[in-house]
Amino acid sequence: MTILVEVPEPAVDPAGSGVDQRPAARPGVRLARRIVWKVAGAVAVVIAAASVTFFAQLAVPGDRATILLNIQTGQHQHYTAAQLAPVRKEFGFDNPLVAQWLRYIGGVFHGDLGTSYTQHRPVTQVVGGQLGPSLIITVGALVVAWILAIGITLLTVKRRPVVSALGSLWETFTACLPQYWVGIILLVIFSVDLHWFPVIGGTSVKGTVLPIVTMAIPLAGFLGQVTRDEFEKVLDQPFVTTARTRGQSDTGVRLRHALRHAVLPAITLSGWALGALLSGAVIVENIFGRPGIGQVLVTAVSTRDVPTVSGVVLAVAIVYVIANLLVDLAYALVDPRLGGPA
Amino acid sequence: MTTSTAIEPGPETLDARPALLTVENLRVSFGDAEVVKGISFTARPGGCLAIVGETGSGKSVTARTLVGLTGRGSHVSADRIDLAGVDLRRASGREWRSIRGREVGFVLQDALVSLDQLRRVGDEVAEPLRLHGWGNRRSRAERVVELLDAVGVPEPEVKARQRPYELSGGLRQRALIASAIALDPKLVVADEPTTALDVTVQAQVLDLLAASKERGTSIILISHDLSVVARLADQVAVMRAGEIVEFGSAHQVLHDPKHAYTQALLDAIPSEHTRGTRLAPPADGVSDVPRVRKIDRDRPVLRARNLVKVFQGPDKIDRTVVNDVSFDLFAGETLGIVGESGSGKTTTARIALALTEATSGDVLLHEKPWSSISAAARRTVRKQIGVIYQDPLSSFDPRWPVGRILADSLRTGSRPPSSKTEAQERAVRLLEQVGLTREHLTTAPLRLSGGQRQRVAIARALAPEPGIIVCDEPVSALDVSVQAQVLDLLTDLQDELGVSYLFISHDLGVIHHMSDRILVMKDGRLVEQGDAEAVFAAPAHPYTQRLLTALPRLAQA
Repeated sequence: MTILVEVPEPAVDPAGSGVDQRPAARPGVRLARRIVWKVAGAVAVVIAAASVTFFAQLAVPGDRATILLNIQTGQHQHYTAAQLAPVRKEFGFDNPLVAQWLRYIGGVFHGDLGTSYTQHRPVTQVVGGQLGPSLIITVGALVVAWILAIGITLLTVKRRPVVSALGSLWETFTACLPQYWVGIILLVIFSVDLHWFPVIGGTSVKGTVLPIVTMAIPLAGFLGQVTRDEFEKVLDQPFVTTARTRGQSDTGVRLRHALRHAVLPAITLSGWALGALLSGAVIVENIFGRPGIGQVLVTAVSTRDVPTVSGVVLAVAIVYVIANLLVDLAYALVDPRLGGPA
Repeated sequence: MTTSTAIEPGPETLDARPALLTVENLRVSFGDAEVVKGISFTARPGGCLAIVGETGSGKSVTARTLVGLTGRGSHVSADRIDLAGVDLRRASGREWRSIRGREVGFVLQDALVSLDQLRRVGDEVAEPLRLHGWGNRRSRAERVVELLDAVGVPEPEVKARQRPYELSGGLRQRALIASAIALDPKLVVADEPTTALDVTVQAQVLDLLAASKERGTSIILISHDLSVVARLADQVAVMRAGEIVEFGSAHQVLHDPKHAYTQALLDAIPSEHTRGTRLAPPADGVSDVPRVRKIDRDRPVLRARNLVKVFQGPDKIDRTVVNDVSFDLFAGETLGIVGESGSGKTTTARIALALTEATSGDVLLHEKPWSSISAAARRTVRKQIGVIYQDPLSSFDPRWPVGRILADSLRTGSRPPSSKTEAQERAVRLLEQVGLTREHLTTAPLRLSGGQRQRVAIARALAPEPGIIVCDEPVSALDVSVQAQVLDLLTDLQDELGVSYLFISHDLGVIHHMSDRILVMKDGRLVEQGDAEAVFAAPAHPYTQRLLTALPRLAQA
């Protein structure tokens, strides 16, 4: 049942308007070029973050060697130059500033962030050992938040007015819940009363559930709000009507057409969300007695262990940069339009 | 009130065939507002019924009701909606889904967004096949290529893998049609299928639908444009405010209309025949006075010399969008620039307004440098040249009432008002000049109709008392009857004030009606220029000839 119609060639230049057109780069090449630029940008951001943390160490009032000795001995006193000299030599404080900076930046790329004042271990060890547990709950929370947000949006957006309002209310309510409140409520209900989960979880699988849920609920509300707004707009678009006129069902329209458009803003926000979760993980780690980067940071700040503080800040910055790279990649996969909407 | 009595199908030979679709006394309301008020019509195999009407006539709602997608909060009632013996009034959601795409194909107006931008064109075209269980993945992919080929998409294998935004408007519209006819439905409903398309592409799309009709498909064509309908329709129903006011064979309705509204619609279409006459009946009873033309061919008010504009795309490739364009605009004259999308006409207008800097070439305003002087120096002479855009709403501050918009513009003129009272008085005078009243001073632009907004835009352009007004597609977004009033207004103002227009439009009818001389642009170049009458009577360039052949005309019906 082939249909053959004599139709003249279209007079329109299919690639757009304009003359003097040479073939544009293939989409694959364009994407590769974009990724190379993004990675180069990410490296630059890490160098900048490392420089800021390095100079912040210098900005702490007082002589670094004196602070170090006082922390180690638990005293508050002044030392003679002779007493300070070995410390200065050990930590490289006697080198020119530029040399110290270059060494620090170089160290960042070799996994050397200096030595902790209090623990006398390399900062990379102190931070690295604790980064894992924190990453597990933050990434876990992001994934759970996405599942919750998309599930609730798909089920409630543009349904009967009551259902839509309930979905919207749930999102607004959860988005403004503070994590410490959610955490304590969950702890009381599921650990203390129901004994489903341990009260002090540590890094066990069972103990990881409640921290993840605690962080996921407010984020799900937030991501859900953004997704719902977009979803509502997309369902009014002509291409959705086109799909329906082809016989597409309501569920089909939502899953096959609208969802892909609606998740774009939430993808953009996810990079930010991951960074915020990681740097805010300390609250949840405290509530559930979990080791993690948050605990390390709090301890380091209270003991004025500047290299460790810098290490944590830098680690968060690196995770943030990587997360944003992944976000860009995910965005390009979902929305192949060049550059995407601004 | 039912108008179905007026709708006796004409003495057509098609009557021999049984009706495919019969609609009787269809009523659609949203809340308390009834938007379709008891209309009846039939569609026959191999025939085309056109439903014509202006904004708000209920034609699109009628179209959507035929596929059960009237919309949220709508109430539909009818004595009969039968499609090939099936009573659609009782169709369940599941039955509707099996009808849509298979029994009834639906073509929307292309606005780039009628296809899912994130999916491949091939997947979009294949969707009805997949949903109705046609073949497997591989056979569907082959069928998509066949379909795209059949609707005249070049390189169908390549285009199927591309995404809608990589295709031109004409190709997207073809893909939409391919998707609508994929399962060879008995009925195709096309809602404004050619609006927003260039005239040559429009002609191709109409030919495509005509070919489908030849094969026995029944077509219901929804359009605001009577001349488009003339090319395809066998029968025409004219809708106004939810009622069919006239129904008959295409020839009868377009050439011997019985209803005054149809007559007014036909009179409002600008064309070669309407030159020098009014398009809309005069509101104040003034008879048709002949135009007073005062063109001074010795006094060019705007001269463009060898304009070139090169844009660099995001891919670092230069595109010459305006290529060696020169023209003179004389005092009291209308110079029309016509061309299809991407021809460079809007860029030329922006260079003339000194809003875009030309890569080379220059513009003289009243024989003095204009484009080449500094922005600060231009500010003092800016008042001599005004502009009217297609969409005035986006050029108004939405929080400002009309009075403030006009007062703001008066201040930039050569005679700024000395007091608030004077500003208000002059604003009222401007409003009266464009056919509005004092009441509109306090109205927000959002509350005005499309025609009223364009009148405010004209009043604002007139406020600084310019000698030249650049009109960039000033009537393209308006209904034909409103377009007629706005075009009449522009002509009256020219007679009264002796202002010169640089008039840009893609619509050859509008250009022919308005222009003293015309420039034809294609791919950034001037391919033809001359007196409007001469160019339209004997186009020299093949492109102009092609444009004129593609132009839908009522005479073809």
